[in-house]
Amino acid sequence: MSSSPMVARVKQKRIAELISSGKRLDGRGLNDYREVQLEAGVIERAEGSARLRLGKTEVMVGTKIEVGEPFSDVPNEGVLTVNAELVPLASPTFEPGPPDENSIELARIVDRGIRESKTIELEKLCIEPGKKVFVVFVDVYVLNHDGNLIDASVMAALAALLNTKMSNYEIVKGEIKEKPGYTPLPIRNHPIAVTFAKINDKLIVDPWLEEEQVMDARLTITTDKDGKICAMQKGGYGYFTTQQILEAVNIAQEKTADLRKLVVKG
Amino acid sequence: MSRKKPEKLVDENDVRIDGRKLNELRPIKIEVAVLGNADGSAYIEQGKNKILAAVYGPKEVHPRHLALPDRALLRCRYHMAPFSVEERKSPAPSRREMELSKVIREALEPSVFVEYYPRTSVDIFIEVLQADGGTRCAGITAASLALADAGIPMRDLVVACAGGKVDGRLVLDLTDTEDKKGEADVPLALMPNFNAITLLQMDGSLTIDEFEKVISLVLDGCKSLHALQKEALKSKYVAVKEVVEE
Repeated sequence: MSSSPMVARVKQKRIAELISSGKRLDGRGLNDYREVQLEAGVIERAEGSARLRLGKTEVMVGTKIEVGEPFSDVPNEGVLTVNAELVPLASPTFEPGPPDENSIELARIVDRGIRESKTIELEKLCIEPGKKVFVVFVDVYVLNHDGNLIDASVMAALAALLNTKMSNYEIVKGEIKEKPGYTPLPIRNHPIAVTFAKINDKLIVDPWLEEEQVMDARLTITTDKDGKICAMQKGGYGYFTTQQILEAVNIAQEKTADLRKLVVKG
Repeated sequence: MSRKKPEKLVDENDVRIDGRKLNELRPIKIEVAVLGNADGSAYIEQGKNKILAAVYGPKEVHPRHLALPDRALLRCRYHMAPFSVEERKSPAPSRREMELSKVIREALEPSVFVEYYPRTSVDIFIEVLQADGGTRCAGITAASLALADAGIPMRDLVVACAGGKVDGRLVLDLTDTEDKKGEADVPLALMPNFNAITLLQMDGSLTIDEFEKVISLVLDGCKSLHALQKEALKSKYVAVKEVVEE
């Protein structure tokens, strides 16, 4: 992958060999997640924000809410917009410029998880049907790339949404006027993504950067709070067998429960 | 769902809005070698979808710094014509098209012996002339044939199809309406001789049990499509043979 720095062949070999024997270079088991550290409400200017560390991977998500027009096919619903930036300070291989296919794919996976699980109660964000609705912008900002940006971004985005407050408002002669006080953004679901890498025909959970460079293929499974699958994405130049996919779906179910507890407190 | 459903998409006898059964593919027409200039090409009609795929290469990489020392660079552009959908689509590549170009490339690459042609590129172009749901899958089915038509060494053909859930029923090969108003959509690409799944996406809501059933439904659909795909590739050589024998 052009978005990743190279790993020496000897190291690649070592990573692959270890995984065949059920171990990993950083000491984790095949299904172990890295430590997750989460801080919410880190940016005061944003309506909601969160900074998430997954091992050495670090992602910040900020949400902004503005007034805009609804889509014509759903005139009574607010709008969700997800964008991801692979900021140049996060990796020697990230370059400034318009979003490339990697950042677009990342944003669209995060978007699908939130949208398909109907996380935000968009129908409550309508101000004037067909004319004015609230637009929720979710901006994913990658600060340090050490692998598995997808899971880190989905968790950080959910944490930021749960942290989002909208100012109260009233409508005076068709104009929106702010009132004192805040209301939390209406949230009804909690999607969590778990990503697998396939190396030497074995599945591992939460690949870090060097494992991503060795992997044949990648599979992300996003599950909602009722245990239903709401989004999936395969990536990379390799393939999966049906058995491997079904195995991944089951492991994702277990992992998701623990991760959700970390993000959704209380 | 707050979106209103004007009519039922699947009736009480499990018949779909276009008269199909739950596990039935749309009518499919495939042709190989349809373009003059491309090294390989194919055309597919799947229901109302009309898609052209062309392959150029292996050829010199441009710009040169993108060339890979150990294998060919596979590039893919999935693009929709402005007139392919109800409301005119801007011809500039959208975020959706950028993502699909990436996943389609990753779906086709496992089938190609890229290591045979270092320092070259193989460019795949998919043009959706008319879209009615499942264009990424039909595009993959056609592009794989275009690669074969270009004579590029391959491990297997890649065939793709979607399954999903509509009106509570699990169905094969969703139309645009079924995709938009249904509950889930699972596009999948397969290398049939290896049972290797090279593309898998999903959006909507499915239990694990439903997901397993959709996968087996789609795998069966892919097998029927694969037979049509092989037939189309063979008929090109039958035509050549007839010309030679005359």
